[in-house]
Amino acid sequence: MSLLQVEGLSKTFGGVHAVEGLSYSVEPGKIHAIIGPNGAGKTTLFNLITGIYQPGSGHIYLKGQSITGLSPHALAQRGMSRTFQNLQIFFNMSAIENVMVGMHMHLDTRFLPALFRLPAAIRGERACRAAALELMEHTGIARYADTSADGLPYGILKRLEIARALAAKPSLLLLDEPAAGLNPSETAEIDSLIQQIAETGTTVVLVEHDMKLVMGISAHILVLDYGKKLAEGTPDEIRANPGVVAAYLGGEEKGPDEP
Amino acid sequence: MFGEFLQYLSTGITVGATYALVALGFAIIYNASHVINFAQGEFVMIGGMATVFLLAAGVPLPLAILLAVVGATAVGVLVARLAIEPAKDAAIVPLIIITIGASIFLRGVAQVIWGKEFHALPSFSGDVPIQLGGATILPQSLWVLGVTVAIVFALAYFFNRTIFGKAILGTAYNRLAAQLVGVNTRSVLRVSFGLSAMLGAVAGAIITPISFTSYDVGIMLGLKGFVAAVLGGLGSGLGAIIGGLILGLAESFTAGYLSSNYKDAVPFVLILLILFFRPNGLFGKRDTERV
Amino acid sequence: MSVWASPRTGGLAALAAVIVLLPLFLPNNYYYDVAIHMGVNAIVVVGLNLLIGYAGQISLGHAGFFGLGAYSSGILTANYGWSPVLALIIGVLGVSVLAYLVARPILRLRGHYLAMATLGLGIIIAIVLNTEEGLTGGPDGMVVPPFSLFGWELYGERTWYWVVGALLVFAVWLALNIIDSPVGRAMRAVHGSEVAAQVAGVDTTHYKVMVFVMSAIFAAVMGSLTAHYAGFITPASASFLHSIEFVTMVVLGGMASVFGAVVGAVILTLLPQLLSGFEDYEMAVFGLILMLTMIFMPKGLVPTILARLRRRDS
Repeated sequence: MSLLQVEGLSKTFGGVHAVEGLSYSVEPGKIHAIIGPNGAGKTTLFNLITGIYQPGSGHIYLKGQSITGLSPHALAQRGMSRTFQNLQIFFNMSAIENVMVGMHMHLDTRFLPALFRLPAAIRGERACRAAALELMEHTGIARYADTSADGLPYGILKRLEIARALAAKPSLLLLDEPAAGLNPSETAEIDSLIQQIAETGTTVVLVEHDMKLVMGISAHILVLDYGKKLAEGTPDEIRANPGVVAAYLGGEEKGPDEP
Repeated sequence: MFGEFLQYLSTGITVGATYALVALGFAIIYNASHVINFAQGEFVMIGGMATVFLLAAGVPLPLAILLAVVGATAVGVLVARLAIEPAKDAAIVPLIIITIGASIFLRGVAQVIWGKEFHALPSFSGDVPIQLGGATILPQSLWVLGVTVAIVFALAYFFNRTIFGKAILGTAYNRLAAQLVGVNTRSVLRVSFGLSAMLGAVAGAIITPISFTSYDVGIMLGLKGFVAAVLGGLGSGLGAIIGGLILGLAESFTAGYLSSNYKDAVPFVLILLILFFRPNGLFGKRDTERV
Repeated sequence: MSVWASPRTGGLAALAAVIVLLPLFLPNNYYYDVAIHMGVNAIVVVGLNLLIGYAGQISLGHAGFFGLGAYSSGILTANYGWSPVLALIIGVLGVSVLAYLVARPILRLRGHYLAMATLGLGIIIAIVLNTEEGLTGGPDGMVVPPFSLFGWELYGERTWYWVVGALLVFAVWLALNIIDSPVGRAMRAVHGSEVAAQVAGVDTTHYKVMVFVMSAIFAAVMGSLTAHYAGFITPASASFLHSIEFVTMVVLGGMASVFGAVVGAVILTLLPQLLSGFEDYEMAVFGLILMLTMIFMPKGLVPTILARLRRRDS
């Protein structure tokens, strides 16, 4: 059974068909990528899957159950987590606090023990901090633990967001342009981090523009153009697909005035 | 019975016209900059109070009104220049607090200069009430309505037919694009504040013969004007006018038929209802957030 | 890290020390009275700061909760002869229920709309208190009997000083506890990025409501106690201006800083005293402080000073 299944998904914004009649499925345990030219609808698709937009029509299923229209918070409880293209870091907290928020669903969130700082709450805090630190070590950013997030460099913040998303222990992790704005060595680090994540059994879906990264690590690629599915398959199949090449480079189908 | 109804109707429309002018001021500034100017009511107060004191100093009424309005406009531009511009990139909550600070400051200065008492202005064309179908209508009400209508037409012309007006609207839609085509967005902010102050001051001058003025009339007027603006849909000029009239009528009929003590609660009950059920007001646009 | 060396215990100890030592410098009851008002405002503002500074919401009507706390205690004890403790508990419970009921619809709003809704709520409360003269005594206010606990009457500035002082340390302790907990971090995450918080599994509405009700409770409790201390209350305690005073204290002292909130309350309670003789200018000065702080020191006094000190160290 597919982990994630999208059927006939459509979303319109004031006349623009951001996503149109899209059907797609994600198999567990593999790295999937969604690519396409700018404006193809990749982030919209992500936002639809993660409950940030409501679909105009169509259905989404997670582990066979309908999740169409559920809020991001409900989806998180079902094992879905994501990062954002425009970083949505909690700049009003330290790096480790960001990761600790990521663990929210697995923590004791009772109000009264926290309010009165009961021994159980103190123990819980200590354990939470230790687990968050461990996660930060895995993602290579442990030395920034107590630094305020608003003072951290961009590359570190990208990894922080991934650490926070991992803290939720998701079965499905969606990464929205994890390598955007990173230099080649930082991109290589993200590359190996993503592979490590996939090895632990988490299914990863990423939206990315960096073709080298995508072709290198994905088992399956979905290509979008103008909100519709253009092609899908293995990296080799996609590379050889003439429609894909045309969409990216601009082929005979398009007139000289079109973008 | 019918006379009573007409009475409340005329009071409602008169007061509503004042609210409409204040609400238009909110709409203009909001449209130009997405700032809610909590000091809007203070411009109304300045219009009324300055006119009173100029008149007392011997200046003839028309000139007093003109000078008061000019003065208020200058104050508006100063608020834009000194309080809003330095904080133009601030988030919404800080901006709200800044304009509240400006309103308290203006009120405090007014209190120092003009004291705490109530003041009145003579009606523009006498006090002889007009009898209409059982209702008694003050001539000043007709002035209020007339001036409001004239202003509304003037504004419509300004925004739709003049380059500067269109520049202001353009800045509201897309600040960067406006800058790129050469619109001086800082001027737009100052002009919009000046224009709103002008509107508020005129409202203050024409309503004072009916409802008096003092250093703190601005609070309630500003808040009610804001309620009217939100009722009609923040940013919509037509909405501001209709919102103002609806608010004025709602207050008047509540005072007349239900309880005059709770008249002042009407705007705030209305705002809660509107914000709970139709936050974009009657004519407002929906905002979508890009993630 | 030793638990005694952490900034939170250090800060609490310093606060307690100041409260214990301050009476040495207070020559007469008038000064005690000012100190008590500082403490009362500080507790209200610590609660309000959780809402505005940490959770990133806004409330321009919080004095409404203060006033409701004051009047529920006043009415129940003066008009119905209830015991002050029971009146306090029932009154605060009532305010919590009201806060809970309005919180959900109001906190769906953001920015200006949220500000307006809270403002509207506060003004409606003030108008009701002003108008229902039979119950509240109207604009002229009402007399409130002193607070008594199991027969022992709380009376006099010096007694109340210690009560308020102890409550302040307790309130600050509670606030610090919440902030460094999953609950507190969830609340702060709502401010940092509401969508990211939801994606992390935080029910953001739940936490917004929680911090709103909590801050309403702080305000209501202090309203009730102030009513008993002063022996007299007027609807001005629920006024828009009073709400703005509270907000100014948060803004001046420090958004997202518990001790900042205390500092803000102390300074702005002291201000009218310092301006005596210049009362006429008080309002203008107030407005000026609000504007200048938000323009030049948007994070407030304490966080800005701390950041400057930290920068000098690094």
